[in-house]
Amino acid sequence: MILLGHLSLWLAFLVGLWGAITGFAGGWQQRPDLQQSARHATVALFGALVVAVISLETAIFRHDFTLEYVAAYTSRNLPTFYLWSALYAGQKGSLLFWATVLSLFALLAQVLTSRRHRIYLPYVAAVTCAVATFFITVMLFAANPFERLAFAPMDGRGMNPQLQNPGMVFHPPMLYLGYISITIPFAFAISALLTKKLDTEWLVAVRKWTLVSWLFLSIGLLIGMWWAYVELGWGGYWAWDPVENAALLPWLVMTAFLHSVMVQEKRGMLKKWNLALVLGAWLLSIFGTFITRSGVIASVHSFTQSGVGYFFLVFLVLAAVASFTLYATRLPLLTADAKLESMVSREASFLFNNLLLIGIAFSVLWGTLFPILSEAVKGTKITVGPPFFNQVNVPLGVTLLALTGIGPLIAWRRASILNLRRQFAVPVTAFVFALLILLVAGLRDFWTIMTVSFGSFVLATVTQEFGRGARARGRQYGESLPVAVFHLLARNRRRYGGYIVHVAIVLLFVAFAGMAFKKETQATLQPGESVTLKSPYGHVYTFTHIGISQYNALNREITAGLVDVKRDGKHIGRLRTEKRQHVDAFGNPTFEPSTEVGIKSGVQEDLYVVLAGLVNGTEQAVYRFTINPLVWWVWFGGFVLVIGGLIVLWPGGTPLAVKGPRQAGYGVKLEPENVGRSDSLTVGRHDHA
Amino acid sequence: MKAGTKFALGAVLIVGSVGYLMASGIKQTGQYFLTPSELAQRVSVDPSFYDLGLKVGARVVPGSVSKETATQTLRFHITDGSVSYPVIYKGLAPDTFTDSVEVVVEGRLEKDGVIHATDVLAKCGSRYEAVPKA
Repeated sequence: MILLGHLSLWLAFLVGLWGAITGFAGGWQQRPDLQQSARHATVALFGALVVAVISLETAIFRHDFTLEYVAAYTSRNLPTFYLWSALYAGQKGSLLFWATVLSLFALLAQVLTSRRHRIYLPYVAAVTCAVATFFITVMLFAANPFERLAFAPMDGRGMNPQLQNPGMVFHPPMLYLGYISITIPFAFAISALLTKKLDTEWLVAVRKWTLVSWLFLSIGLLIGMWWAYVELGWGGYWAWDPVENAALLPWLVMTAFLHSVMVQEKRGMLKKWNLALVLGAWLLSIFGTFITRSGVIASVHSFTQSGVGYFFLVFLVLAAVASFTLYATRLPLLTADAKLESMVSREASFLFNNLLLIGIAFSVLWGTLFPILSEAVKGTKITVGPPFFNQVNVPLGVTLLALTGIGPLIAWRRASILNLRRQFAVPVTAFVFALLILLVAGLRDFWTIMTVSFGSFVLATVTQEFGRGARARGRQYGESLPVAVFHLLARNRRRYGGYIVHVAIVLLFVAFAGMAFKKETQATLQPGESVTLKSPYGHVYTFTHIGISQYNALNREITAGLVDVKRDGKHIGRLRTEKRQHVDAFGNPTFEPSTEVGIKSGVQEDLYVVLAGLVNGTEQAVYRFTINPLVWWVWFGGFVLVIGGLIVLWPGGTPLAVKGPRQAGYGVKLEPENVGRSDSLTVGRHDHA
Repeated sequence: MKAGTKFALGAVLIVGSVGYLMASGIKQTGQYFLTPSELAQRVSVDPSFYDLGLKVGARVVPGSVSKETATQTLRFHITDGSVSYPVIYKGLAPDTFTDSVEVVVEGRLEKDGVIHATDVLAKCGSRYEAVPKA
């Protein structure tokens, strides 16, 4: 099996190279036979890589410790569940996983692309094959998962306990799916540049793929946050760690693109900007991979430092130079069809939204790279941490939140005073109302107040949009409110799904703001002793240490602490938290001990208990108790975000593909008499046409 | 004023605020990241490096760790091979903290020559891979 895997890796390398060459040549010389060959290459590439994956998984399941990878990341007593995830637990396996998923996307891009966009496919095949070939090259020459050991050990070293968590089984694949699928929009962008077919067609082709990667990346980020929260035990879900930032960067750029793309569809503006965003998002994803795998920046996430990083650095530089050179030569073809007519217009609000998103992305990038930059320029390493990122991003984020509410209220091209008054009345009232309530309630933190007030502003905007659309449908078809809302969502998924994502963003922002009010205490307790902690809502929690139990489980020795919890004197339950020492098959300890957090999650606040240790092996225990407000809303907001994204992505329904008088996304044409009115009023009527 | 000009002004405002926020953020929250040797050298030249919030990256001296779980106090020495500093940290040690691991100590070097840490990050050679057995 190992030989088979190794051979199929080489086969994939050759096939990938072939696909890249024939794709480029076929596109260049317009030769159908070469184009066909490139298309077949993506199929063969996927096939060869799947065989390699199966070989590696077989070796993992057979505990074939002659394979270095299997010996390094698994052991005989590893639960079966984690034998699956062992495929991507280490550097080498994750590269294989990466290449395989990329080849799957390459194949899907060939198969799923509609007939109208066929023209782009040869170059898309070429680009995807080239990128996949790069990953295979890294494996073959620097990090081969099929490397053998001279002597097979009795047992493997086992998987890091922190990776033995259900979140870790799903977090990396989701994040990878997001990261990897950015290659498809990038490939379309390169193809559009090469073929010079730079009209809105390529945007249509690329938009859905961008949405797909955006959605996967969102899910990956959310599961990663959840994992950090329940597994790492430091009490939060986002630490502005370089690797987290690296995943956030393409997400921010893609979010910007998903907004600015509408400006190009509707008004033929921002063509250069949109292309640059697609290229940039992909380059940032490769940059993120470089950071994760090279160890240039100290991070809790990094893999072992290895030569792999240099491969990525070289690839990153080459790809950046090549794509932006190509981009520069095509700039004359990318002139805008229209000019900005007014500052008070949808276009302008999208432009500011884009600037803010890119501003946030830039500051995150800058903060992440600052240790390296400062060392290179001034000779001293200066680091920045969470305080920097919060200080910079909270104001920018809140401004962005305000725009989230403002944008949908302003008409395209030029908004009239009448339009503004009609649109803003309700949301502004909601804003003022929230502001007053918070002030009366005694809140004085400026950014918290702004977050919640603008949050209600956005919610009012969304409600107003749904309400107006539903009422219009009600008048038109006599539908009841729930039916009308359902039809609104079904008929105009892109617009109303987008609004649902906006609601999710509000939920997330408010939840993030809640973390500013976390309460924490540490205590050393004898059995029976207790400690109290006052929550930000004024509840008094009493934590009583009940006792310690020690026992062995499958691959670990467990020390568990049991804590009794009372709220305002009333018993509400018990929490258990563990220290785990993982052991190998002979009972010898492996890895450092890890912590299992005891969490009681609620709508208002989470109770978060960590057993830090025992005093000299007695039952006297050291605990850290934390009250984290509103964390539940992060997960709920994340869920809403995914639902909204899925609604937008769901095929059909959007009149986008229909050519002619109807314009993208909306069932309304921008005639002067419509400009002063809300778009939503006319939606129903055009569905009828 | 033309819309384009107005937009340019708005853009300058946003870019300016981003720049300002970043510059002030780095000024207010940036911390030196030094090795023990660099720290010793800086302190000898410029005594203002005492009591300045900074980070020191080094290796824990094997056998120097003493943990008092009851008072949650951790004492150890860090070194980069040539210069060594004692560290005192009140708080919970991270899971990954052991003898001879690489650490990043965040805190202040006080006049007593001890680094009073506010945070200790243990940097496993690679967190997600087992430590090779010696």
